[in-house]
Amino acid sequence: MGFLGGYGQVLAESSVLGAFWVNITLTFWSAIISLVLGTVAAAMRISPFTSLRAVSTLFVNIFRDIPLTVVMVMMSLVVSMALGVQFSNDLNMDAYVLAVIGLGLYHSAFVAEALRSGVNTVPLGQAEAARAIGLTFSQSASLVVLPQAFRGAIAPLGNTLIALIKNTTVATAVGVAAQTSGLMKGMIEIHANYVFAIFMTFALGYVIIVIPVGLATTALSRRLAVKR
Amino acid sequence: MSAQVAAPHSVLFDAPGPKMRRTIGFVNLGGGLVILAIIAWAGWRLDQVGQLSAYRWSVVIERDTWVYYLLPGLLHTLEAAAIAVVGAILFGLVFGVGRLSQNALVRLVTGAVVEFFRAVPVLLMMIFLWYFLPGIYSGLGWVHPPDPSFVAVVIALILYNGSVCADLIRTGVHNLPSGQGEAAAAIGLTPRQALSSVLVPQALLAMLPALIAQLVVALKDSALGQIIAYSELLNEAVLRGGIIRVLPSLVVAAAMFIIINYTLGKLGEYVGSRMRSRTSQLDPETAEDLPMNVTAKAAATIIESVDQDGYSQAEWRDEPWQDWRGDPLRSHLRLGPEKTDAN
Repeated sequence: MGFLGGYGQVLAESSVLGAFWVNITLTFWSAIISLVLGTVAAAMRISPFTSLRAVSTLFVNIFRDIPLTVVMVMMSLVVSMALGVQFSNDLNMDAYVLAVIGLGLYHSAFVAEALRSGVNTVPLGQAEAARAIGLTFSQSASLVVLPQAFRGAIAPLGNTLIALIKNTTVATAVGVAAQTSGLMKGMIEIHANYVFAIFMTFALGYVIIVIPVGLATTALSRRLAVKR
Repeated sequence: MSAQVAAPHSVLFDAPGPKMRRTIGFVNLGGGLVILAIIAWAGWRLDQVGQLSAYRWSVVIERDTWVYYLLPGLLHTLEAAAIAVVGAILFGLVFGVGRLSQNALVRLVTGAVVEFFRAVPVLLMMIFLWYFLPGIYSGLGWVHPPDPSFVAVVIALILYNGSVCADLIRTGVHNLPSGQGEAAAAIGLTPRQALSSVLVPQALLAMLPALIAQLVVALKDSALGQIIAYSELLNEAVLRGGIIRVLPSLVVAAAMFIIINYTLGKLGEYVGSRMRSRTSQLDPETAEDLPMNVTAKAAATIIESVDQDGYSQAEWRDEPWQDWRGDPLRSHLRLGPEKTDAN
């Protein structure tokens, strides 16, 4: 049996696609959490209420400057073990939920910054013109400012999504073993002679996922860009 | 009180009047009470499970914690990040200039390398190198090889951050006014000389704030080394905390990371605003042609195009096969995508 045949055997007995699917579902659920939390944080950040702005600024600065690995290790050693928070009786499910919460919290800071930078792309003159033609606050926000802000936020949101897809590999720090970094480690430990081929398999998987997402979000942000 | 603190921007809201200021006061009062309630509840819960005991938190002020764990860990973190950033700049120079090359093959290869390392998660590279390096070591017959976890962390960080730097250099050169490349051609510099002595140095200076932001990314990513047993700050904090004192120990390590990264982030913002302010005194119309503003303009564009996670927004914009169109020098000299010798 040649090298290729031997590696084919290795691939056949490991569920590489299944592992990528776990990362995709991790991405999906943490993206929802980070979108909700990030939108709330961004709304608080741009509100006129000092206390809400301060809380949002603190939250964003903490989660933007803390390494994701620290968040994930804390989810495992502090939240789960020291504090005894349990989401499921199934250990794998528990680790999965902890990973989703950690990823969601971390990336919500970047979503909040993306949305805020989107609002910042809207020139002041737009709001002034909206008031000048007699629009109320809610009309100027919903008809003039926010639609433009959303378009300006697509490119940074796309970058956050790409970072999130790649960062789901850090779920291994919480103990989600069935995803790519865990499976890759396991496969290398069993089949040490195929270490390079195993790495290239997973690496190309990410290239195939990440590059189209990047092209798609860039095309979308360009198409929806407000010409100024 | 709230009138003193200016809103971060006023696209959505007017300056508050007397009625709004009263509302803001009420919301602040309510918000403050909610926050106090949450803190009190969290403290009560932590105390319930015994996490606030003096024994647990004394780990923070014990000498051994700092001398044998946190400070050596911090040193290892800084060491990995510093070497990685220096290596990333060198990697970025080679591959950034490669992507501006006149040789289509060089552009294709460097472009593929950069896109590959930007798309692959850093953790996968670290795990791979961690298992791959010992084989290389024994192949080379090294008696005292360097710690494979350290080398794996540094190389993985160099490959990812270097690819980001390569794109920063390319974007920086593209964003210079076309007059720079034209002037270089006019005084008889070859395209290669123009790149090395006119375009790239200006792009590098413009990159400075983005490079500081990249240092933050490298510092944060160096914590991934914990997963492959590199003795960096997070790993040492986990070791020191054990099972009983893991909460205070990790809180201290997290605070150290946050303080360092926040300070570096502010430094990057300051450098960026200094560079942008070099143009702000001047009329933007005429400022475009002044050489002193070239770097500042390019800096402003680069700063805009980089988000906090080091992902350049310009990343996916230029199709590699169209690179030459964006290159001021090449377009000025009417050079096509095929290799052409200007001499």
